[in-house]
Amino acid sequence: MALLEIRNMTHWFGGLRAVYNFNTRIEPGEIRGLIGPNGAGKTTVFNLVTGFYTPTEGQIFFLGREITGLRPHQIGRLGISRTFQNLRLWTHLTALDNVKIAYYSQIRYGLIGAFFNTRARREEEERIDHEARQLMRMLDIDQYAHRVVSGLPYGIQRKVEIARALATKPKLLLLDEPTAGMGPAEMEETMAFIRRIRDQFNLTIWLIEHKMKFVMGLCGWIQVLNFGEIIAEGPPEEIQRNPEVIRAYLGEMVEL
Amino acid sequence: MEQLAQQLFNALQWGSFYALIALGYSMVYSILMLFNFAHGDVFMVATYIGYFVATALLGLAVLQVLPFSNIVIFVLTLILTMFLASFVGIAVELVAYRPLRDAPRASAAITGLMVGIFMETAVLALLGASRKDFPLLIPPITFKIGPVHVTNLKILTLVMAFALMLLLHLFISRTKVGMAMRAMSFDYAVVPLLGIPMNTIIAFTFALGSALAGAAGIFFGMAYPVLDPYMGVLIGWKAFVAAILGGRGSIFGAVVGGFLLGFIEILVAATLPSTMRDLIAYSIVLLILTFRPYGLFGEEYSVRLRL
Repeated sequence: MALLEIRNMTHWFGGLRAVYNFNTRIEPGEIRGLIGPNGAGKTTVFNLVTGFYTPTEGQIFFLGREITGLRPHQIGRLGISRTFQNLRLWTHLTALDNVKIAYYSQIRYGLIGAFFNTRARREEEERIDHEARQLMRMLDIDQYAHRVVSGLPYGIQRKVEIARALATKPKLLLLDEPTAGMGPAEMEETMAFIRRIRDQFNLTIWLIEHKMKFVMGLCGWIQVLNFGEIIAEGPPEEIQRNPEVIRAYLGEMVEL
Repeated sequence: MEQLAQQLFNALQWGSFYALIALGYSMVYSILMLFNFAHGDVFMVATYIGYFVATALLGLAVLQVLPFSNIVIFVLTLILTMFLASFVGIAVELVAYRPLRDAPRASAAITGLMVGIFMETAVLALLGASRKDFPLLIPPITFKIGPVHVTNLKILTLVMAFALMLLLHLFISRTKVGMAMRAMSFDYAVVPLLGIPMNTIIAFTFALGSALAGAAGIFFGMAYPVLDPYMGVLIGWKAFVAAILGGRGSIFGAVVGGFLLGFIEILVAATLPSTMRDLIAYSIVLLILTFRPYGLFGEEYSVRLRL
């Protein structure tokens, strides 16, 4: 059974067709790539899968269960998490607090616990604190736990965002341009990092990227989106040679 | 001087009204970036609810069905009214704002205004134009502190307003829902990804703001016991001014703005002809906003993004 399956998904924004007849099957453990020029509809696909938009047509299945039309928090609880193209962290909070918020749905103490700071609350808060730190240690960012996010280097902020996404214990992690704003050295490191978290957390990863070298080196299967439609898909070597892909990217392939 | 000290208590009383109502505007703004223009009418409906609850409880006490003292009746009225008022807020959210979640902000503001007018006219149609007299819940006692006379009601209003604000502070800073509200106020879009049900949190925010407006309605009804369907319009706009004065979306600012507005109004009324009160008071507000356009505690600009 595929982890995620999308059938004939189409999405209109008023008169604009953002995604047209999108199909895919993502198997557990895959690192899948979604590429395409700016404005091709890649982020829209992610917004559709995570429930921020409901597709105009088509169906989305996660673990064999249809999730089309579910609310984002329901989809989040089922095990899909994501990061954003432009980091969406609470920049005035510490890295640790950013991660801890993701444990929200595990909080059991109620009003009384909160107001009177009962033992149950203290124990739960301690457990969450412990788990969040452990997670940060696994991602090698525990030394930044008490630093305010806005003062952290960009690459570390990316990892904090990934830590927050992992705290919800997802099965599928969507990464929207994980190397945006990174230099070549950092990019290499990020590739290793993504492979490592895939193995450590038993994840399936679906990522959007612009940097060809990154996608080609990391993904086993790549889909190319242009004007909302898949124009090509296949393993990296094939995509690289595909004339239609090269045409779609004309002027953008400088990063190759 | 005595006159001034006397007026301070009036200012604190009106400041409590404005602050309690302004909190509702600010809380909703902080998570939805939208002003709930029906909030003044939520205050009005809540005051009517308080009127019915108080009348019913007093009636039952007189008939000796419930052997309650005045204090118990007051406390019950306050709690029940706040509870019921929160559902008025939730209903306003469901009807006026939820269907327009992705619509332009201006459209949502207009639906809010329409729901407000709906509430005014519905109360008018159901209860008629004759004014209702809010029952006497607590017999007035006047204390003399030095040369200054203070009624027990003014003290009660002030103490309860502060107690409620403290409770709100604890709720926002310590509870799970409060945490989600704070998270949403900084980034609206990320929150659902973490498994937090956005609509529930928004409903909670409206409920809390409306419950506070309900408390304000009780204290207002006790001090100025004449209710009419349009009573929420002016006081609602003034509380809105207080929320802006304090800084959009700032909880602390709403409280400070509310009391500041109370002081400006009362001090102008105490020193100048009372017909000029609003003219002078709001000219001062205009001046403050000219020099501090983001209010006293508002963010200079919003970096919050939306999808």
